[in-house]
Amino acid sequence: MSELADFMDIWEPVIGLEVHVQLATHSKAFSSSGVAFGKPPNELTDPVVLGLPGALPVFNKAALEAAVRLGIATSSKIRARSRFARKHYFYPDSPKGYQITQADEPICEDGAIEILTPGPEGGRKKIRLIRIHLEEDAGKSTHAANASLVDLNRCGVPLCEVVTHPELGSAEEAAELMRSLNRLARYLGVSEGDMEKGQMRCDANVSVRRRGEDRLGTRTELKNINSFRFVQKAIEHEILRQIRILEEGGTIVQETRLWDADKGASFTMRTKEEANDYRYLPDPDLPPLVVDGPTMAAVMRSMPELPMQKLDRFGRDYGLREQEAYQLIGERALADFLDESVRAHGNPASARTIATWIANELLGALNAAGKTIAQSPVTPTHLARLVQLIESDTISGKMAKDVFDKSFTTGAMPDQIVEAEGLRQLSDPMEIERIARAVLAANERQVAAFKAGKDSLFGFFVGQVMRETGGRANPQVTSDVLRRLLS
Amino acid sequence: MIDLVWQSAAELARRVKAKEISAVDLSRAYLDRIAALDPKLGTFLRVDKSAAIRRAVEIDGQLAKGEDVGPLAGVPIALKDVLVTEGLATTAASRILGGWIPPYDGTVVARLRAAGAVILGKLNCDEFAMGSSNENSAYKPCKNPWDLTRTPGGSSGGSAAAVAAAFCAASLGTDTGGSIRQPAAMCGVVGVKPTYGRVSRYGVVAFASSLDQVGPLARSVEDAALLLEVISGFDPRDSTSIQEPAPKLRDAHKAGVAGLKIGLPVEYRSDDLDPEIAAAVARAADMLRDAGAAVVDVSLPHTRYALPVYYILAPAEASSNLARYDGVRYGLRKPADALIDVYKTTRGAGFGAEVKRRIMLGTYTLRSGYYDAYYKKAQQVRALIKRDFDAAFASCDAILAPVTPTPAFELGAKSNPIDMYLADVFTLSCNLAGLPGASVPAAMSGKGLPIGVQIMGKPLDEHTVLRVAGHIEANAGVRDHKPAFATQPIGAPA
Amino acid sequence: MVRLTRDEVLELAHLARLALTDDEVERLRGELAQILTHMEALSTVNTVGVAPMTHAVPMDLRLRPDEVAPSLMPEVALAAAPDKVDGQFRVPNIIKTQAES
Ligand SMILES: [Mg+2]
Ligand SMILES: [Zn+2]
Repeated sequence: MSELADFMDIWEPVIGLEVHVQLATHSKAFSSSGVAFGKPPNELTDPVVLGLPGALPVFNKAALEAAVRLGIATSSKIRARSRFARKHYFYPDSPKGYQITQADEPICEDGAIEILTPGPEGGRKKIRLIRIHLEEDAGKSTHAANASLVDLNRCGVPLCEVVTHPELGSAEEAAELMRSLNRLARYLGVSEGDMEKGQMRCDANVSVRRRGEDRLGTRTELKNINSFRFVQKAIEHEILRQIRILEEGGTIVQETRLWDADKGASFTMRTKEEANDYRYLPDPDLPPLVVDGPTMAAVMRSMPELPMQKLDRFGRDYGLREQEAYQLIGERALADFLDESVRAHGNPASARTIATWIANELLGALNAAGKTIAQSPVTPTHLARLVQLIESDTISGKMAKDVFDKSFTTGAMPDQIVEAEGLRQLSDPMEIERIARAVLAANERQVAAFKAGKDSLFGFFVGQVMRETGGRANPQVTSDVLRRLLS
Repeated sequence: MIDLVWQSAAELARRVKAKEISAVDLSRAYLDRIAALDPKLGTFLRVDKSAAIRRAVEIDGQLAKGEDVGPLAGVPIALKDVLVTEGLATTAASRILGGWIPPYDGTVVARLRAAGAVILGKLNCDEFAMGSSNENSAYKPCKNPWDLTRTPGGSSGGSAAAVAAAFCAASLGTDTGGSIRQPAAMCGVVGVKPTYGRVSRYGVVAFASSLDQVGPLARSVEDAALLLEVISGFDPRDSTSIQEPAPKLRDAHKAGVAGLKIGLPVEYRSDDLDPEIAAAVARAADMLRDAGAAVVDVSLPHTRYALPVYYILAPAEASSNLARYDGVRYGLRKPADALIDVYKTTRGAGFGAEVKRRIMLGTYTLRSGYYDAYYKKAQQVRALIKRDFDAAFASCDAILAPVTPTPAFELGAKSNPIDMYLADVFTLSCNLAGLPGASVPAAMSGKGLPIGVQIMGKPLDEHTVLRVAGHIEANAGVRDHKPAFATQPIGAPA
Repeated sequence: MVRLTRDEVLELAHLARLALTDDEVERLRGELAQILTHMEALSTVNTVGVAPMTHAVPMDLRLRPDEVAPSLMPEVALAAAPDKVDGQFRVPNIIKTQAES
């Protein structure tokens, strides 16, 4: 957004995010009805979800473990005793008239998420988290002309709400934070992180101030931004809206604005004066939530290597540049593919070559075929072998591309393809000399011209040798032999 | 059959199991009485005659096949209308739940059914269990069988009156601030509020979640113990359920009190206390002393704060618990063009005056900026009240106290809410401290009204509470008193 | 002595979503003030260092294994709904209402 860039010397955006992460549990946060996406309306309810009189909540162990995992992965302080509270508001998709959430005593506090800041002078930036708390999701309302319809399938699904400090400096950083959190959640297995299914939803607090100013400007809250792209777009839009108001001498109204992705605009939902009074109450149905030693230990033991740790290791052990590595840590399966390929190959010095093959060829092929990394016909063993064949001069880099394609199509090992198709590179200088002599003998006129100074004919002789060998001749050896014979 | 219906639940179960009587005949005996007499008393909001007979037939069938049908085999029980019953309307005596037929049974209901009980129907009470006279029922008044111009107490007024009138062998009520013990005392029956967490709240229409407990009302301590054994014990559906097995209580009433230390709180000796009540407590103390118990003074210094603490905490929790009644998923809906008006008119029309008062009160104290001064402060003083009891129980095994400031008062006598709240002044602390408490008939007033005394015990020590209650019951000499209303011969059922 | 204004009562009624008649508002204004005044007794109690008590019986939250039990059939879930259509609960349009509230 160049329009925005023009203002950035003078104005500094300050952004904080509240991200709702849907936890990947089988059953709901406080009852045992199932969690699933895309079911017919109201098929996933029970007395607790419906808020029937007399129904009582009982908390899901898997949701607690997910929050602890997320807490540990973000270096948060995990509260030994946290508490559930009731947040009151009347809305048809909130059946009890309150949401069970955490208020004063959230399960996690003071964590951080490291992001790679975008742009040419990009580096790493630690975004501090105020808190991560557990809560239940609401149902879904759809709106027609005269009525709203309420489906409670999603109601009661466990969420972690992740709240950052207001220290994101641009819409790009905000989007990057979302991507980092999404990646982290998927690595940890705490969420599937599918934005399309609403498994990650973002509210953003946005304000701007003159550069050099200490005080924060008046903020607005943007609600309902539900894709990485919209996060960036909605925030950019809001930053620009605020700057324009301020440049014209206006003031920002503290308010909640709803982002409308279709219109590409936001509109006022409510102002501060109309703010809800949620009348928080420690939930008397739920005693304090305890995270004990064994729970912590079990979660610690099961922690995977985290994305940023992988990024560091790929740089340190594999010699990858940060941007190269960054793409490969995007998905845990992809990073694992690299590790397994390097392991199958046996020499970490080749990791960078392997990484390049993954980034340039494998991802393209998967993308074209509409396959995930887990469905890849080319396995780490295939790829390791392919790189070994190149390195041993068994095939040329150019042939390797064909071998890769055939391997991807058929699932055959590169060795098999090389053998079956006779693609083994010809590197024996004696054999090449025999062919080269025949080529030169058959092209006396050109030899004479070359010797008379027409250097450009060298390529012609190489080409003829290649033609005779079906492209299998090692280019370097061929060129060495020809130079000797022609000198 | 008049003798039969006055039998103890334990005896009735024995007779049904021995096939001396059929479960069907037994249920019919009660149903006939209800049909004939209850129109004047108003204890039942709903009688489920066909389901009761069906269940009784089933029990007789099981017994004929030699199957074990449980400790309450064929015993007709009735339930306060805040207990959720699958397939049987549950309204909490409120218009807002009018006609709601639950798709599930609460845990206590399921446990009663599994024990062989026959459920006769749903009993009148104060709306959402908020009240001390049953006058807050949205449907009809309930009267005291000892004097039809007086209240049976509340909120479990129907539960107490129905047992006193032998419309059922026993009943269940709920007690948030005295709602079992106070009507039990006023109707001359035994009522027990168990330790908080002893009995599952799953399927109990919530009033104040940190205080609510279900408990039995019965014509004897033994029957109350029998019911309590059946309904108590750990329930995984209630996060506040205590992980303890159901206690063995059947023989507690016979265990005697020799060697027990009984505390008398000095703060409960008030000049305002009705002299007949004070005399009943003193007499009960004498009975215990005579049987070898030591009676000692104990102090509960924060007693006078129990009422304000209770009337902050209970309405706050109630305002939250009653937020679900919005006319969207069940119950009453007043149509309106805008959603906000659906909410407001539905709730405005669906809730009665006392419920609205408490919702407003709870909303007031939970507002941001008010929470610390009210709710949090009340929770802190609640902790002090609990400490008082902990300290008192260091020097005694049970506490003897009045249940009510006066015997049953006249319908309409208390029009000021504070006056009504004061009716629970002796029972609130027990809920705030989460203790087990019982009311047992101990005397008759000069006007022929029953007077109960209260026994409070240590957490989970229902056994000692029932021991003391059993001793008073055995020695008070009021056990065979029956309300004249309930002993009149009944004609053909209506 | 606690006093409430009529507007305060109306504000509470709005928060609690209760339609009240003028009579009810007036009566509640007096009653609430009276009850709240009664509660002022608590302010004299020294509670420094006393932890607020939610439950008299101390306990930790018990956790439920992440297991799915059958849901209610949609027709059962909706059986008591005063207004429903196509397996969903129906209410007046929320977005419109929001703007008005
Ligand atoms: Mg939030
Ligand atoms: Zn949230």
